[in-house]
Amino acid sequence: MERRSFLKLAAGAGGFAATAGGLAAPALAQGAAARTLRFVPQANLANFDPIWGTQYVVRNAAMMVWDTLYGVNSQLQPKRQMVESEEVSDDGLVWTFKLRPGLKFHDGEPVLAKDAVASLNRWAVRDPMGQMIRGIQNELVAVDDRTFRWSLKKPYPKMLLALAKNNSPCSFVMPERIAKTDPFKQIEEHVGSGPLRFKRDQWVPGAQAVFERFDGYVPREEPADWMAGGKRVLVDRVEWKIMPDAATASAALQSGEIDWWETPLPDLVPVLRNDRRIKVDIADPLGNIGSFRMNHLFPPFDNVKARRAILMAASQEDYMRAIVGSDENLFKLLPSFFTPDTPLYTEEGGDILKGERRMDAAKKLLAEAGYKGEPITVLVAQDMAITKAQGDVTADLLKRLGMNLDFVATDWGTVGARRASKEPPGKGGWHIFHTWHAGADCINPASYTAIRANGDQAWFGWPKNEEIEAARDEWFAAPDLPGEKAAVSKMNKLAMDYGMWLPTGFFLSYQAWRSNITGIVKAPIPFVWNVAKA
Amino acid sequence: MFAYIVRRVLATIPVMAIVALFVFSLLYIAPGDPAAVIAGDQATPADVERIRASLGLDRPYLIRFGEWVWRILQGDLGTSIFTNLPVTRMIAQRIEPTLSLMVVTLGLAIAIAVPLGVIAAWKSGSWIDRLVMVFSVLNFSVPVFVVGYLLAYYFALQLDWFPVQGYTPISEGVGRWLQNLVLPAVALGGGYTALIARITRATMLEVLQQDYIRTARAKGAGQRTVLFLHALKNAAVPIVTVIGIGVALLIGGAVVTESVFAIPGLGRLTVDAILRRDYPVIQGVILLFSFAYVLVNLLIDLSYTLFDPRIRY
Repeated sequence: MERRSFLKLAAGAGGFAATAGGLAAPALAQGAAARTLRFVPQANLANFDPIWGTQYVVRNAAMMVWDTLYGVNSQLQPKRQMVESEEVSDDGLVWTFKLRPGLKFHDGEPVLAKDAVASLNRWAVRDPMGQMIRGIQNELVAVDDRTFRWSLKKPYPKMLLALAKNNSPCSFVMPERIAKTDPFKQIEEHVGSGPLRFKRDQWVPGAQAVFERFDGYVPREEPADWMAGGKRVLVDRVEWKIMPDAATASAALQSGEIDWWETPLPDLVPVLRNDRRIKVDIADPLGNIGSFRMNHLFPPFDNVKARRAILMAASQEDYMRAIVGSDENLFKLLPSFFTPDTPLYTEEGGDILKGERRMDAAKKLLAEAGYKGEPITVLVAQDMAITKAQGDVTADLLKRLGMNLDFVATDWGTVGARRASKEPPGKGGWHIFHTWHAGADCINPASYTAIRANGDQAWFGWPKNEEIEAARDEWFAAPDLPGEKAAVSKMNKLAMDYGMWLPTGFFLSYQAWRSNITGIVKAPIPFVWNVAKA
Repeated sequence: MFAYIVRRVLATIPVMAIVALFVFSLLYIAPGDPAAVIAGDQATPADVERIRASLGLDRPYLIRFGEWVWRILQGDLGTSIFTNLPVTRMIAQRIEPTLSLMVVTLGLAIAIAVPLGVIAAWKSGSWIDRLVMVFSVLNFSVPVFVVGYLLAYYFALQLDWFPVQGYTPISEGVGRWLQNLVLPAVALGGGYTALIARITRATMLEVLQQDYIRTARAKGAGQRTVLFLHALKNAAVPIVTVIGIGVALLIGGAVVTESVFAIPGLGRLTVDAILRRDYPVIQGVILLFSFAYVLVNLLIDLSYTLFDPRIRY
C-alpha cells in the first residue's frame, strides 16, 4: 500500500474522509496548481501603496499591478512602456507625451491622460527626481484623453530616466480618483493597468498576496526586457507566500510546495544545489552595497580625519565574508560608492579602500581628530542578518582601533527610528549604523539618497559638502555619457576624500526555483512576465 | 453558580482595563517608529516626519490613549498602520489557524499525556515509569523549533507524508486541514504533553495512596476502574489547572510554531506587528489573548465542580 493511500484510509477510518474527499488534492486543484506560480518574496507585503510605502517588496508587487509610462531595460536604458511617443521642445522646456491606445484599468475604465497627470503629481511629491522636476515645473496638464504636457522652467535632461527608473517610488499610473490621495496617506483601492490584478479579498498580510492575470492588458510588441517590452503573463495566478523562516522556505521548495524563492540564505544554497529539481542562480546582477554610516554631527566623526581613519582601517573582505560566507562568487571589494559593472562605475579616489589595511595610520588619524576614548554608539539591528553581520565586524574593527565601543544590539524598527535622532549619541543619538543599498539605486546619483551631502536635508548622518552637491548637479545637467561619467568620477573622489560613509563592499544574492519553471531572469525585481510553469 | 459567573465576568473588566493601559503605555514608551519602517530605507528624515504626522503619531499620549479606549468601547480595535485593514478583520483572518492549532495540540496532548501519566503512576518505579519520565524530560528540553524542523525534515521531506508548511481551512476538508496540523501540533504539544504527563503522574501517585482507593480495590474493583474512575477523577483538579495554565504556554509556543510551519495565525501576526511597530494590531491581539486567557481560567475554575462536588461557588 502506498503511503498516501494509507493516510487516506487512516483519515477515512477516523471519519474524516467523507468530509474531506480524502487527502490527495482533486484533479481540478492540481490543474489549477499547474497554472499558479507560488512565489516566496524577500519580505512580507505589509502594505500596498508603492508611493506611500517605498519598501522594495511593495515596489516589486506593485510592478505587477500598476504599469509605468517608461521602464528601464537590462541595459539600464529608459524605454517606452505606456507611452506611445514623446516630444520635447528644442529648448528642452516642454515635454509632450502620448499614451498608447487601448490601455485599460482593471475596472475596465480606459487609461486617460488625466490619470497619468494625477499619478505623476502624487509621485513627484515623494520621489527625489520627482521633487526636482516639481521644483522647476511650470505646469503638468492633460491636453486630451491620450496626451499630456509637462512644461518646465529649466531643461531636465533626465526626464525619461525619472519616469522609467526602477528605484522606489516608481512613477506608477493609477486612476485619477485614487492618485488624488494625499501622498502621505495610504490608498484604499488597488486598481492598476498592469498585467496582473491584485486580489485584495485574498490578501492576508503576513501570509499571502494573490495576483491574477489581467486579460485586458495589452502588452507591447517588443520582447520583454526587465520593466520594458511586452509583459506577457503565462500563468493564471501568482501567489506570494510569506515565509519568514528560511529553513521552511527551503524545505517547501524542495517538496514542491512553492515554485520560486527570491532570497535563499547563502547557508542553504548548497542544499538546494544538491537537489536536481531545483535551479539556483544569481538574483539581481546589480546586487547590493553594504553601508557603514557615520554621524557627521558629533565627534569624532564630525572630523574628516576620523572618518577617513575608518575607511583606511576597514577590511571590506571581512564585511563581505560575514554577510555572504565563503562563496566568492557572491561578493566584490568595492573602492567606490557606485555599482560595479554599470556604465558610470568609477574607482576615482577609492585608493583608500584598496590594499593592506593601515591600522597604525588610522589610529594616528583618529588621535589627530581629537578622539580620546569617548564611547562610540553603534546601532546594530540584530533581526536582519546583513546588519548584524556588519555590526559584528565593526565592533571588532573599533576595538582594534582602540575605540571605546557602545554596542547597541536592537531591532531594525528601533534603528529606523533612532537613526533619525540628531541628539548627541549619549542622549539617544548615535555614531554609526549599518544598512545596505540596492545596487540598482547606486548606478547613478538620480535616486541615490545616501550620496547626498546637503546637510540637514541629507540622508541620516547629515553630511554637508557643497562640492559633492555641485558634482551631483553636473551629472543631472550632463547631456551625454562622457559628461555623466566625468561628473560621477568627480563625485566619487570628493565623497571618498570627505569620508562620507564606508561602503563595506558589493554583494549579490541567489534566487532558487523549481526546474519546471522557465523564463526567470536576473534582475533587480522578480519579474513574472514570460515565466511559465510546465 | 450563576452569580459567581457574573462576578467573574465582571472581574475581567478591570483586568482588561489594566492590560489595556499597560499595553498602550508600554508601546508608547518603547523605542521604534512605524513611520520609519513605512518610509523605507531611502526616505529622508522629512518624509518620515510627514508620515508620522499623517498617522497621528506625533500627538500627545493622553489624546491617543483616550481615542483608542473610546474606539474599543465601541468594539473597534482600530486600523492597522501598515495594511490599512481593520484590526478586527486581520484577527478574523488569522484566528482560525491559531485556534485549530491549539485545539489539535490540546487534544493530542491530553490524549497522550493523561494515559501516560496514569500508567507511569500505576507502574511507579518500573521501566515504563522511567520511560515516561525520559519522554517527558526530552520533550521539556528540546525547543519547539528544533522538534519542528526535525519533524518537517523526516515526515514531510523524506517520507512525504505531510506538507512542509501552510494551513488549509477546515472548510476545505477536515482531512487536508488535519494533514497540515499534525506536524505543528506534535511539535508544539511536546512540552505541554510532558507537563501534563508529569502532573498526572505526581497527582495520581498521591491519590493512589488514599484509603478510598484501597477500599475500592478491597471491594473488588478492576484495575481500570480504580485508575480511571476512582483515582483519575479525584486527581483531576490539579491536572485541569495545569492544562489551563498551559494554554499560555501554547500561545507563546504558537508564535514559534507558526513561523516554522508558515501557518498564518495570530502568533505570526503578533511578531510581524511588533517588528514593524504596528501599534493597533499589537494592542488588539494582546487584548484578545488576555481576554482568552482570563476566559480559559474561568472555565477551568468552573470545571472543578464537575470533578469535585465539594467545590461550590
